[in-house]
Amino acid sequence: MLKYIGKRLVAAVLSLVALITVVFFLVRLMPGEPFTSAKLTQQVADNMRHYYGFDKPLIVQYFQYIGNLLRGDFGYSMKYTNKTVNDIIGQTFPFSADLGIRALVLAISVGLILGILSALHRGKTIDFVCVLVAIIGTSMPDFIVGALLQYFFGIKWGLLPVARYLGFEYTILPSIGLAFYTLAQVSRIMRASMLEVVQQDYIKTARAKGLSDLRITARHQIRNAIMPVITVLGPTVAAVLTGTFVIESIFAIPGMGKYYVESVANNDYSMILGMTVFYGSFLILCNLIVDILYGVVDPRVRVGSR
Amino acid sequence: MSEREKILEIRNLVFSFRTYGGVVHAVRDVSFDVRKGEILGIVGESGCGKSVTAQCILRLNPEPPGFFENGEILYAGQDVLKMKKKELRNFRTREVGFVFQDPMTSLNPTMRIGAQIEEVFLSRTDVTKSEVKEKALNILRLVGISDVERRYRQYPHELSGGMKQRIMIAIALVSEPSVIICDEPTTSLDVTIEAQILDLLKELRERLGTSVIMITHDLGVIAKMCDRVVVMYGGKVVETGDIREIFYETAHPYTQGLLKSIARLDMDKTDVLTPIEGTPPDLFSPPEGCPFAARCDRAMAVCQRYMPFESRLSEEHMTRCWLQHELAKGI
Ligand SMILES: Nc1ncnc2c1ncn2[C@@H]1O[C@H](COP(=O)(O)OP(=O)(O)OP(=O)(O)O)[C@@H](O)[C@H]1O
Ligand code: SF4
Ligand SMILES: [Mg+2]
Repeated sequence: MLKYIGKRLVAAVLSLVALITVVFFLVRLMPGEPFTSAKLTQQVADNMRHYYGFDKPLIVQYFQYIGNLLRGDFGYSMKYTNKTVNDIIGQTFPFSADLGIRALVLAISVGLILGILSALHRGKTIDFVCVLVAIIGTSMPDFIVGALLQYFFGIKWGLLPVARYLGFEYTILPSIGLAFYTLAQVSRIMRASMLEVVQQDYIKTARAKGLSDLRITARHQIRNAIMPVITVLGPTVAAVLTGTFVIESIFAIPGMGKYYVESVANNDYSMILGMTVFYGSFLILCNLIVDILYGVVDPRVRVGSR
Repeated sequence: MSEREKILEIRNLVFSFRTYGGVVHAVRDVSFDVRKGEILGIVGESGCGKSVTAQCILRLNPEPPGFFENGEILYAGQDVLKMKKKELRNFRTREVGFVFQDPMTSLNPTMRIGAQIEEVFLSRTDVTKSEVKEKALNILRLVGISDVERRYRQYPHELSGGMKQRIMIAIALVSEPSVIICDEPTTSLDVTIEAQILDLLKELRERLGTSVIMITHDLGVIAKMCDRVVVMYGGKVVETGDIREIFYETAHPYTQGLLKSIARLDMDKTDVLTPIEGTPPDLFSPPEGCPFAARCDRAMAVCQRYMPFESRLSEEHMTRCWLQHELAKGI
């Protein structure tokens, strides 16, 4: 198991390095550059370039950047010149993370429960409802779900606030909006997986042992059915993360999304790089956790690696 | 052998499945009994209802789509079909073990071997945790597994096919049931492993006195293992008898056909193997008369129209064939 984790860890670090390198050079290939505003005179722009080190060879800049990263320094924003990228991430990430975690917990827990109920009551009303939720959820984009939630719960029925992020009741609608797609996805996969596992021979073995229905469902069916859900958790986390951009803007939440999108439009190199590297490491970390989790849950994955 | 006490009696069992294509009459009026300490073979071609019959004993067929139309399954005077949920679970846990055909898929891949064996005792309050572990280790030794402490902690994927089937047998036997049902336990194993597993089952029968129901389509397995045989065809029992009667006083043309289709040691070079022509009847609408009529080279007009009666040829030997009717004698 330790060896398995070690391998995953090495792979994670390698992908992070690759990500940083690729993004670093890609950013420079984008049309335009940070200091092109008409208000800047040639002289000022040149000074700025010098200040940010753009007049040095690219490869030198690259190693400087890596060096700074290792010290945890993403550098100054080139647009909000009085702020470091670290400051901006520090101010906005807590909102995004809070929203993302709420949505993930909601999506996974409710998704699993719906999938399980649906499979256990196959063909009954509850199954029908769950399948419907899954179809709607997987076919409707985030911003429509968000807008519909705002319209009904916020405006029509006046139950919940529709904007900003000031307390628990403010988190409800955006979390649901962000979770909906993933929730539908998880429930769909779990339902299919439950129905497949129940056909397996070992379920018959469990019945022949005289185990209770509860025990068979929990220990034999759900425990094995959950595996495919864990494999899609990685992409799922990615989906939720990118979903935050859209949901944050619909619900006017002061998260990272706005800055990320703006930074690209502004050619704000250090912001683009910083945010991407930050998001990227976060995703890679999530995938690492999922991989380890998978090894814990499925003994076959660990085979030959201990 | 015939004096042995009956421990399980299956009487007039009729079991069908409701499917989209219609009702599958999988088991059609099957009766036989199982005696203490014997190995009873159930033999027949694929799809003749062997597994469904065996699973009826523990009510393992999915209900629905399956349903009992008739019959009783008596164990110690109690009808399994009338048992309440709790009683049925108890019956499965204590009285009858089941070994399935494919050991590769019959063990839970995410559970350790030890846990899968001990699970049998989960709802029992009469044994302590340490006793349960002791029982699990003992049964592993008994089914011929070495290094039991290590195996106990392993997962199924770490074991070979033959080893897994030993584990399945251990699970079936750990609560010391009086009957174990083995549904083609060696079909998916290679020949040397098959021989080992069959030897193991025989030896366990000797040591524990457990009755064994041995389901197979292989008469070689029957010859090697069984005391008595039930031959099934088209959801019906067509012949039963002790092993000698089935092999040397074969009464039913289907059994004769089966025998002709296997290689035997006492064969001359000139003897040829002849498979039975044709296919088993469609169980959606089984024929009114003898199920074998379409393939039987001795079929008479009556065979197509009427189901043959059971004819008793000796105390143990029974067959369902019009040839045994007194008017047909000598044909
Ligand atoms: N769950 C089910 N639903 C519908 N039909 C079924 C079901 N299980 C079995 N049957 C049908 O019942 C009949 C008897 O099947 P069974 O499995 O008992 O055959 P078998 O004698 O064990 O054959 P094999 O040697 O292939 O195992 C077959 O026609 C099969 O299609
Ligand atoms: S009853 Fe008729 S068809 Fe059936 S086995 Fe006997 S002879 Fe053949
Ligand atoms: Mg079968």
